[in-house]
Amino acid sequence: MPNKTPTISAPQFKLLEKLCRAVGVSGGEGEVRKIVLDEIKSSVDEVKVDALGNVLATKKGRGAKRLRVMLDAHMDEVGFMLVADDGEGLYRFKIIGGIDPRNLAGKQVVVGKEHFPGVIGAKPIHHTTPEERKKPLAEDALRIDLGPESKIKVGERGTFAPNFQRVGPSLMSKALDNRLGIATLIEFLKVSYPNVDLCAAFTVQEEIGLRGAKVAAQYFRPDLAIVIDATPANDLPMQFEGENIFYNTKLGLGPALYVSNSSAIDDPRLVCFIQDIAQKAKIPYQIRQPGGGGTNAGGIQRTVVGVPVVSISVPHRYTHSPISVARIDDWKNMPALLHAAISQITPALLKR
Amino acid sequence: MKELIHKLTDIFSPSGYEDAIRGVIRAEIKEFADEIRVDALGNLIARKGKGGTRVMVAAHMDEIGLMTTHVDDKGFVRFTGIGGVYPRNLPGGRVRFVNGTRGVIGLDGGVFSNDLPPLEKMFIDVGASSKDDCPVKTGDVAAFERPFLDLGNRVVAKSMDDRIGCAVAIESLRTLKSTSNEVYFVFTAQEEVGTRGAQTSAYGIDPDLGFSIDVTGWGDTPGQRDFDVALGKGPAIKIRDGGMLSDPRIVDWMISMAEKKKIPYQREVLLGGTTDARAMQLVRGGIPVGCVSVPCRYVHSPSEMIDYNDVQNAVKLTTTLLRAPIELPFAGK
Repeated sequence: MPNKTPTISAPQFKLLEKLCRAVGVSGGEGEVRKIVLDEIKSSVDEVKVDALGNVLATKKGRGAKRLRVMLDAHMDEVGFMLVADDGEGLYRFKIIGGIDPRNLAGKQVVVGKEHFPGVIGAKPIHHTTPEERKKPLAEDALRIDLGPESKIKVGERGTFAPNFQRVGPSLMSKALDNRLGIATLIEFLKVSYPNVDLCAAFTVQEEIGLRGAKVAAQYFRPDLAIVIDATPANDLPMQFEGENIFYNTKLGLGPALYVSNSSAIDDPRLVCFIQDIAQKAKIPYQIRQPGGGGTNAGGIQRTVVGVPVVSISVPHRYTHSPISVARIDDWKNMPALLHAAISQITPALLKR
Repeated sequence: MKELIHKLTDIFSPSGYEDAIRGVIRAEIKEFADEIRVDALGNLIARKGKGGTRVMVAAHMDEIGLMTTHVDDKGFVRFTGIGGVYPRNLPGGRVRFVNGTRGVIGLDGGVFSNDLPPLEKMFIDVGASSKDDCPVKTGDVAAFERPFLDLGNRVVAKSMDDRIGCAVAIESLRTLKSTSNEVYFVFTAQEEVGTRGAQTSAYGIDPDLGFSIDVTGWGDTPGQRDFDVALGKGPAIKIRDGGMLSDPRIVDWMISMAEKKKIPYQREVLLGGTTDARAMQLVRGGIPVGCVSVPCRYVHSPSEMIDYNDVQNAVKLTTTLLRAPIELPFAGK
């Protein structure tokens, strides 16, 4: 049996806050990587940073016939890159990853290693016409305003300003996608699972095409992979007339288990196994609605000779916006469910 | 062989859920293969021969299908497509879930409109009256249900794409008493969602060359244009499709073998769509590939039609290609 259970309490909230306050836009994950390395170094057998910047850590089990179980969580977040200096501290920028441009105007941002503060400005209401106000402002029409003394250079990255807070049953922050997953995965490395070799991949560049996970899977060549991520909850009732049938997930119903999305069909054996575990242990979970979207499962599944995959995500509202909202209980049930699953997994599960 | 086609097209196995069809094919080939294994993604791999040129022959087992996204309060099942599901082909159709539940496809607002609604405006009615008595839940998978129809030369069924390729591969394996090559018949998983099974199985096999056996489109019904392939004129040797340029050496090899054995064939230049050969071509350091196509009308509908003579000639062509030592400049040795 495992020596302990990964749980979410005060230290984990502190760690999550630290991770959420870090800036790790795709391709520039260094700040998050440093936190991860510090957190895991004393609890793993091997750790390396690969050529793309993935943190790849192994924690070996002790039993015979151990499965190699890859746990993946991406470190990167959506953000911006400065692409042209217009002078006076005003910069043109391009979105990295998927951000709705309607979420940009009027937001605080931070840019560069020192988190230099800036603003994405927009013309005030005093100077706009009613016609102008009907149209969303496009990325090209906006500038990041860093003031004249920033010393920030074209090519540097930025994102929405850190804003982590706990409010009652909720967590509110930028980058809950996927610092929730990173904080979860860190906890798993503090536990020893005799039945498996844990292959933990803290991956880069997920938001721009599942890139880091592909090479991470080629390195580990696991028997199966579980992708830990955060997924949108589109569960606001006022958006719809009648029954909402496109919610993706709902807050408060537990971790969301994937069945299929654009990037991968989750392995039915793993989906069934995790559902059985959840039902037996009475851990709440929900099925994330099949449809579009992608997770690192798509990057991992088709590497080398193939890897059975499944994704589990914490639901959160307002994904890829300056601030999103998740429920603490949904997050707490994530390590509970994964722990129950991993500690009971055996090679028989993959037999055909 | 019609019996085999009937048997294979009666199975419900959409992409990712190939257990049922894999079991049936495995039983069909058991006595004829030298070795059989199943890989991590569920591809069924049967080897015949040892030591010669390594050839991969891929026919995909999966079929397009539907997946439940939500069961509403009144027990209607909302769904999304698995693979290329065309809304036009759905209303009024019947489906069968992998768990055995059957249902019919209805439209929001009924049929009194000329607009073709997207999948999101359709539902499956499984005869339930509430969420609680609905035997289907989010994530459950279904495929078209439509009976096999034998019209003589022409045969119609759901999932001809690509059970007909599986039938050709099975029959070729049975007919091929011996081969000078090391042939890997791969019944692939998840072709319809992006040639996924072929990618990982080709990586594992690392063949010297390969080809897929799959359906292609048709140009011989009213209003069809710019596609020079017809039913009944023989299997089509693919020169290109929307995702792949066949290796010209493979095309030449296939054509020369067909002509030598007087097997009718057609030259296929397909502008859209692709097959497992695309994925095979791009693994590792690259593999010379081609494709033997079976012309098929109404592809991705519940009633896909093939010509039985084309099928038999596809078997002849496949066995001809595989029997003699493949000694080509690119054979990789």
